[in-house]
Amino acid sequence: MTIRLLAFGIAKDIMGGSAADIAVGEQPTVLNLKNALEQRYPELRRLKSFLIAINNEYAPDSRHIQPTDEVAIIPPVSGG
Amino acid sequence: MIQVQLSGEALDIQACVNYVSAPEAGGIDVFIGTVRNATKGKQVVRLEFEAYEGMAIKEMQRIAAETMKQFSVFRISIHHRVGILQIGEVPVVIAVSAAHRAAAFEACRYIIDTLKGHVPIWKKEVFEDGAVWVAAHP
Repeated sequence: MTIRLLAFGIAKDIMGGSAADIAVGEQPTVLNLKNALEQRYPELRRLKSFLIAINNEYAPDSRHIQPTDEVAIIPPVSGG
Repeated sequence: MIQVQLSGEALDIQACVNYVSAPEAGGIDVFIGTVRNATKGKQVVRLEFEAYEGMAIKEMQRIAAETMKQFSVFRISIHHRVGILQIGEVPVVIAVSAAHRAAAFEACRYIIDTLKGHVPIWKKEVFEDGAVWVAAHP
């Protein structure tokens, strides 16, 4: 499955754009995606942390990703 | 009642105060974030704010709803600006009204503290010699 991932902040800089297509196995979980991202973009490992959001909500590692989900990488936030 | 807004333009503090005003309120607490001119002794030229807009609004609404559950407050207004901000400009305004001041103070503080930890908004500090995404690296 290919996940279209939205990127923001420093993740956008690291990944070279505001969206990227990430190849993962079938029936991927958030953890699968995170591993795939760190493999492809090792600089993500240097961040304090990053989270994955699905359909505008933070998603835990165990969450399965559907082909219709809107998926985003959320690097450490700094609003306010 | 809750009002949450993301804006690309200068925030209107009075509009936030007006929204939370209520005859039942005994006090309104307002937090106004401002762009500071230096970080760790280094001069800041400007800040650049970026948001994952749909989720930022959803998270700010969630935080406001949580606040209504935890504190005895009447109305909440959260306005956050995105884009380029100069020193002294205002990236965020939070206004809370309550019957009694203790709840207003506590709720307002809770909202800004929680917003800073959860809402998908990012700021980049621009210096003379480069730019850094705040808090991205340990």
